[in-house]
Amino acid sequence: MQSSTFSQWLLTLIIFLPLFGAIAILFLPKDKANPVKWLATIVSFVVLVLCVALFTGFDSTATGMQFDVSAPWIPSIGVSYHLGVDGLSMPLIALTGLLTFISVLYSWIINERPKEYFAFFLLLETGMMGTFCALDFFLFYTFWEISLVPMYFLIGIWGGPRREYAAIKFFLYTLVGSVAMLLAILALYFNYTDPVTGKHTFDILTLIAAQHAKPLLGLAATLSFWAFYLAFAIKVPAFPFHTWLPDAHVEAPTAGSVILAGVLLKMGTYGLVRFNLALFPLQSAEFAWVIALVGIIAIIYGSMVAMAQSDLKKLVAYSSVGHMGFVMLGIAAAAAPIVPDSQATREILINAKVTALNGATLQMVNHGLITGALFLLVGVLYERTHHRNIDGFGGLWKRVPVYGAMLVYISLASLGLPGLSGFVGEFLALLGSFAIFKLGTALSVIGIVVTAAYFLWMLQRILLGPLNERYKDLLDMNAVEKWCLAPLMLLIFILGIYPAPVLDPVNTAMNHLVRDVMGLF
Amino acid sequence: MSSGLLEYAWLIPVVPFIAFLIIVFCGHRLRNASAYVAIGGMAGAFLLAFPCFLVMARGAQPISHNFHWITLGNARIDLGYQVDSLTAVMLMVVTFIGSLIFIYSSGYMEGDPGYHRFFAYLSLFACAMLLLVLANNFVMLYAGWEGVGLCSYLLIGFWFEKPSAMRAAKKAFLVTRTGDCGLALGIFLLYSKTGSVSFEPIFSAAREHPHEIVFTIAALLIFFGAVGKSAQFPLHVWLPDAMEGPTPVSALIHAATMVAAGVYLVARSYALFEAGGEHSIALQVVAWIGVITAFMAATIAVAQNDIKRVLAYSTISQLGFMMLGLGVGGYTAGVFHLMTHAFFKALLFLGSGSVIHGFHHEQDMMKMGGLKKVMPYTFATYFIGYLALAGVPPFAGFWSKDEILHHAMMHNFPIFLLGAAAAFLTAFYMTRQMCLVFAGQQRDTHIHAHESPAVMTVPLMVLALFSALIGLVGATGHSFHHFVHFGEEAPAPFSVPVALVSLFVAGAGIGLGWSLYGKKPLARPEDDPLLRLGKLYTFLENKWYFDEVYDKIVIQPLLWITRTLSRFDQKVIDGAVNLVGILTIIFSRLHQLFDLYIVDGMVNLVGIVTRKIGVTGRYLQTGLVQGYLLVVYLGVVVLVVWQLYAAK
Repeated sequence: MQSSTFSQWLLTLIIFLPLFGAIAILFLPKDKANPVKWLATIVSFVVLVLCVALFTGFDSTATGMQFDVSAPWIPSIGVSYHLGVDGLSMPLIALTGLLTFISVLYSWIINERPKEYFAFFLLLETGMMGTFCALDFFLFYTFWEISLVPMYFLIGIWGGPRREYAAIKFFLYTLVGSVAMLLAILALYFNYTDPVTGKHTFDILTLIAAQHAKPLLGLAATLSFWAFYLAFAIKVPAFPFHTWLPDAHVEAPTAGSVILAGVLLKMGTYGLVRFNLALFPLQSAEFAWVIALVGIIAIIYGSMVAMAQSDLKKLVAYSSVGHMGFVMLGIAAAAAPIVPDSQATREILINAKVTALNGATLQMVNHGLITGALFLLVGVLYERTHHRNIDGFGGLWKRVPVYGAMLVYISLASLGLPGLSGFVGEFLALLGSFAIFKLGTALSVIGIVVTAAYFLWMLQRILLGPLNERYKDLLDMNAVEKWCLAPLMLLIFILGIYPAPVLDPVNTAMNHLVRDVMGLF
Repeated sequence: MSSGLLEYAWLIPVVPFIAFLIIVFCGHRLRNASAYVAIGGMAGAFLLAFPCFLVMARGAQPISHNFHWITLGNARIDLGYQVDSLTAVMLMVVTFIGSLIFIYSSGYMEGDPGYHRFFAYLSLFACAMLLLVLANNFVMLYAGWEGVGLCSYLLIGFWFEKPSAMRAAKKAFLVTRTGDCGLALGIFLLYSKTGSVSFEPIFSAAREHPHEIVFTIAALLIFFGAVGKSAQFPLHVWLPDAMEGPTPVSALIHAATMVAAGVYLVARSYALFEAGGEHSIALQVVAWIGVITAFMAATIAVAQNDIKRVLAYSTISQLGFMMLGLGVGGYTAGVFHLMTHAFFKALLFLGSGSVIHGFHHEQDMMKMGGLKKVMPYTFATYFIGYLALAGVPPFAGFWSKDEILHHAMMHNFPIFLLGAAAAFLTAFYMTRQMCLVFAGQQRDTHIHAHESPAVMTVPLMVLALFSALIGLVGATGHSFHHFVHFGEEAPAPFSVPVALVSLFVAGAGIGLGWSLYGKKPLARPEDDPLLRLGKLYTFLENKWYFDEVYDKIVIQPLLWITRTLSRFDQKVIDGAVNLVGILTIIFSRLHQLFDLYIVDGMVNLVGIVTRKIGVTGRYLQTGLVQGYLLVVYLGVVVLVVWQLYAAK
């Protein structure tokens, strides 16, 4: 199926179309905002359509990479232009396409330096898409770093009062991790020599196969594992590296928060699955308990800290810490060693591992949809009231019924109500993890109750009770805002009832990954 | 009528869901017509469920259908629905009582600004509840389970401008969700053991390995979910507060159907509970929790003055009876009581709603009195509900409660005694309520009471008819036992001594109540004879201080922990990050100083030394011939002297 030219160019188009859009924007006149906004909207819409084409053209039963292209780039040092997607990256690419389009649409309210704003936004999309598509470490690292820069400026220029502090913190923190990862990449690079040509390579698939056949050993392997872990854990962000997140979110413009929570965080968990699990199966098994512990702490700690927040955006930010904890727990369960007492038990346990990893991946997508929508709703409220203090509202549902209904709906999705998508990811992650980490998973359900508590408490303080007289003239959602949220709400519902369209490709990829790795033990 | 009808059972929850969607998207245009949409949806579900019930009652084989949902690893996860006798009974209870309550609500909620919102929630509730009872697997059951919890939250907080309502709603959701976590863990455990989430494979695994401790643990975890939903001790605290919701909600959700879901869950998973035998640990726990709940709630109900709160504690107590029945091996008895209770408790709640409606939304029984004359229909129907709950034959409650007590006596005598005590208290507090509301003279004369409209009293009459007669299906010919049973069919237990005991217990309770409140109706609230109990009364009036204890040992510590962790996050973790930042800056400053004075100093030193050398060396190259000659001369002198010394 990959024979047609379109298939071969699809990923390249998805990655570089936004870049060309960004460059084109730079040539538009500076004094007119609308052409810029139109161009950005059209480009991001075309990318979204391409993502839909990718989604529908994807064969969810096939293992291995699809839509792959490979061409030599810098052959002398083994760098190639290698792209491809599997069931892990494809849903994340589709998510990126959707969230970017919605963010651009919502960003029509930006009137301060729109040219730079939208150019950065499209550049950001290139970085994110490239990160998920790249199958060459050189390429991957390039895109990884590219995605950092526009976000730095989005926070630093269009952000809130403490934007510079937040932007620098975000940038430097992530950079620390990136540098560690770069060293680990080099270790892998030099560990592998092509038996025929005698050359090193940055090709990810080759390096994974090499790691399974003749792995890096000893301290070098352990250090490389932790270096990758550090880079991704900071991005996730996993406890205790999470404190850049609330600052970045509070200061970022609404659309920036949507992308930050919706996509950038997933680059971390994506990396953990793609690289830590696949490249270092032995170390992953050895240190699975650490990742599980980090996940469980994140779930409980994140939700408890969220409960104490009075700033609505901080609350959502800490809820992300908790929700990403489920992803970490699922990944840890998939990595952990198992001691089955029979062949039947072994099969059950392996299926449980796949289930946990399925749940983790699904949770990445669902968290993107749900938290993206939550940040939009926070932004809508902030636009009208110019504050985010949860205790400063009260009884708004009476005044803004559509907004109230949407906030309730999304909050319920976030706290994991069955029938909405947040539940499926969380449920599968815990269902699978429980078979591996009984006590830890049992503890983490505390987080579920506390999550329900702080969301309901938040709804109570903002929407319920007598109407705060200050907001008796508050305006309800306008058409653009409704249309930004409608697709997210619809997807949250559909994936909550019938997750198979996303889960099938994920399951194929994860089943392959887990069984591949289990074959090494 | 063929069993082919059962194939359409999946449509039953779909109909109310369509009604829900219609009201959500067109409700603001439909306005009062949304009630008709909701009633239509519920009645449609009833019309679909009724044939299913009849087919099952004629002895059709249970059916179960699956569809492929998702694949996990190499395992297919199938979801589906089933209809067996237990489900058929539940379908009837939900759709029939539901339809009546929907009709009643259209009158009760008249004029409320949130009219269509109310019926949207009710329809969604019906859908979730029907999904729950039709599910043939734990995932769909859990979805329905949480769905009814959500609707309960939305409906308790229906009047959300009222702070007490919104607090009650939140409390209900959180307390039941605590229980739900137990259910979820039970499901996880069963999946990790069997690799499945469907009832059939899990229950057959439990039957094959009856002594595996895993199934007992799973049963206990599942029971914890039921404890939350069915308001059993110690998670019963949410249900009394849930009375903040509109009264039809209390009748439908918090009496007849949703709170019974926990009992249904235990009945549905009976294979797990029974895995360790008739006296398994799981069943013992169920029985003890049930009887403790039944007794405790009955004592509290005695000392309440709010007409709905009495009924709320009565509901908790009766749910305890159902659990008790299941726990002592009376599977059929427990389910039977679930059914009879649904009828008479819905009747009592709707009756209390009629009283509240006609008494201008005042719920304090101490202000009522003498309403018999003003509300004749309400009184007559309420009286039947009262007899049914108090356990007077031949009304519904007598038969089912008697059966439960019978099982308890055969099984565990202490449990039987506590259960009989609860039954006595039940008869007493209901008599007290009857007398306070309907007998004597109205104590607060400022309120002009009136009877409710026909749209409300007609459902009361229908429910009264059923409350009077439904018990007979379990009494004559044992047809209910023939229909609903676990494992081998057992004959309905009936023994004259036990029946006499329960009759005596009920009679004693009614007699005591009558002698205290009926003979000489209360004239003033201060005359309540219970006040003579002193400290004990205060203890009961304050509901055994459960709320206060939870506040002290759960809520306040939790809030303290969250605040502390938040400070920890800000000061310690983020502090560490900022510290690294600051240290880096300090280090770079030091570095800069080092650069300036040491590194740059070295460079400068080299420069300085060179310059000094240069300056010094400059004197060697003055360009004056005399100077050069002088140096040559001095050199020669040095050489000569050195040669002379060397020659020696």
